[in-house]
Amino acid sequence: MPSLPLLLSQAFNGLALGSLLALVSSGLTIILGTLGVLNFAHGALFMLGAYAAYATLQVTDSFLLALLAGGGFMLLVGVLMERILVRLFYHRPPEDQILVTFGAGIVLVEAVRAVFGGNNQRVPVPGWGEGVTQLGFLIYPTYRLELIGIIALTLGVLWLVLYRTSIGLVVRAGIEDAGMVGILGINVRRTFLLVFALGVVAAGFAGMLYAPIVSVNPDMGGSFMVESFVVIVIGGLGSFPGAVAGGLIAGEIISITSAFDSAYSEVMLYAVMALLLVVRPQGLFGTEGRV
Amino acid sequence: MHEPRAPIARRRMLQAGIGLAGGLALPRGLARPGFGLAEAMAQDLPAKLGTYPDGASGPSVFVGITTPLTGPYSADGKDAQLGYELAIAEINAGSAAVAKWGLSGKGVLGKEIKYAVADSETKPNVAVQAQTQFIQRNKAIMITGSVSSATAIALEELAQREKVLNMVGLSGSNDTTGKNCQRYGFRSQPSAYMACKALGPVVAKGLGHGRKAAYLVPDYSYGHSVFDSFVDAVKQYGWTTATQQVVPLGTSDFSSALLNIANSGADVFVNIAFGADSVASTKQADQFGVLKKMKLVVPNISSFQAKEVGAALMQGAYGTFDFWWTMQDQYPLAKDFVESFVAKHNYHPRWGAHIGYMQTLLWAASVERAKSFHPIAVIKTLEASKADPYTTSLGKVWYRAEDHQLVRPVPVVIGKAPGTMRNQDDFFDVLDVVPGEPLLPPIELTGCHMGTYS
Repeated sequence: MPSLPLLLSQAFNGLALGSLLALVSSGLTIILGTLGVLNFAHGALFMLGAYAAYATLQVTDSFLLALLAGGGFMLLVGVLMERILVRLFYHRPPEDQILVTFGAGIVLVEAVRAVFGGNNQRVPVPGWGEGVTQLGFLIYPTYRLELIGIIALTLGVLWLVLYRTSIGLVVRAGIEDAGMVGILGINVRRTFLLVFALGVVAAGFAGMLYAPIVSVNPDMGGSFMVESFVVIVIGGLGSFPGAVAGGLIAGEIISITSAFDSAYSEVMLYAVMALLLVVRPQGLFGTEGRV
Repeated sequence: MHEPRAPIARRRMLQAGIGLAGGLALPRGLARPGFGLAEAMAQDLPAKLGTYPDGASGPSVFVGITTPLTGPYSADGKDAQLGYELAIAEINAGSAAVAKWGLSGKGVLGKEIKYAVADSETKPNVAVQAQTQFIQRNKAIMITGSVSSATAIALEELAQREKVLNMVGLSGSNDTTGKNCQRYGFRSQPSAYMACKALGPVVAKGLGHGRKAAYLVPDYSYGHSVFDSFVDAVKQYGWTTATQQVVPLGTSDFSSALLNIANSGADVFVNIAFGADSVASTKQADQFGVLKKMKLVVPNISSFQAKEVGAALMQGAYGTFDFWWTMQDQYPLAKDFVESFVAKHNYHPRWGAHIGYMQTLLWAASVERAKSFHPIAVIKTLEASKADPYTTSLGKVWYRAEDHQLVRPVPVVIGKAPGTMRNQDDFFDVLDVVPGEPLLPPIELTGCHMGTYS
């Protein structure tokens, strides 16, 4: 039986992992909820964000600048992707949408591999994130601590946009019933573009923040792709609070299980998802009957 | 109406019976280890076997190489590729360096070596597919390359099935010449058992007796092999296991495992992760304060670990690997290899390149000794090498016939302080080069049961 300090350390670490998952998954869930498109390129977009940060840091030393430049780049990617590709598939069956986003994901990964090579690249931890912080009994890397804070802030901003602005109102209405929103005379197309771009920026931003923790390589988005799907299933498809709650829960499941036996941490996550699908198929915050 | 079936059935049964008896007699006759070369020549070798004679009938022979150029082990894979290519270029040119290995003239038995390199992506099935194509389309006479032991074992099985010789690339798992040993596979890297047995006394001397060790283990054959062998090697010095953290190959975030390790009360951190995983886990271990509390031991140091992690973190870390370029001071043929490599690629070759270089030359030397490309002839030459060891970049080495493990010295190293590095590749001091024969596991313990020759 692991000791209490160890369990607490793992629970704390679960917050870092969980907040990252929450950010990635919220992007995925608003795209799914509003556009009805299951974006299989989400993992690749996460990776693209990491590379955007890496590329910017080749010319400048400022991590903040890298985040801004990367964010701008991901916005552009999101807009282009929606206008050129995804828009054409709104009225196609879901299988077509899945295939096209899956293919786009592969293209993005291989393009990055062609430009940057397949080897791991290092993104250094920013100056304000170096070193460790003593939290009572726990020694924790400062950057991971700051990560939790930055993501909380980002999710807070996202929440503000969704729940306190008129655009956010339209988006939430679109999640409920996109057709009705169109009938009411609101420019749904523009809303879709905004939502898709926002989702892409969320994924890319998470990638940028994650880059200093791990090595950056073209395949890094794969595991996040799968895990974010699990998170939105647990949280409820299309629900923003669901994605956040689901992400934190998933992070905690993985981390606390690893305190007992690290080989089972992923297994436990899928087991919980399976159980939830049996007991409450719409997820924690999802609405019954909606896709 | 009754057909006259009985007489025909009996005839068939007699034919089958004779065939079966002959089939049973054949392998036993050929399966004796230490089969002399002359006897091999005198014995009835099958005329067609695997890609022989088709692959050796023209002016060139083909060697199929798969190394990971993407995936967690890609840095070692790229290094290995360069080693293979250097060896092949030198053999084809008939350089003075390869003449010292026992080769004569240009090429192998006068034939030019053609080759192709495929990316195995650190995945066994991708490597097997690529090599199958090399065998079927290019009639590869020898297949080689791998960095992951899982890939090595899969390629050995392919080699045995297709009857094409496999000079194993990088592989540290005991199983490669243990329970997964194959007649058609030969491995040059020290096994986990040998590496840990060489390392054990050195870490006991340097770090003391009765230490508590925390292990980070990649969850596949190689990881478990090294864990078992290391625990075994240090048991006699009173070392205990504080915790064993098992993680999948390709993990990028080791925080959960490292938190467990940091809280385990251990004083030594034994990092068995390899390639990109070793780099990520070591850096993260530093971030979680593990390296401040514990000494670092890396039983099998990846080729570029020191470069990517940085000398500051590797300082004072104990470990082993197949080869380090400073060994050129001890072995003249190593000097030739290192100098040619540095001239061509502007960095000191790591041991991935060394294995590629050495295995290619050992194969070529064996073919020339056997005066034939016939797989059985070459295999038997390799198996008979104890009586006439090869002259190589590691001195005199030979293959043990019972498990096809190369009997060779194992260097034990320690990380240098950054201030004492003489050049940008001078990461390690070689503490000891331990002779290989006493490090071999007893045959009964390997679990190796060799396959047939044909």
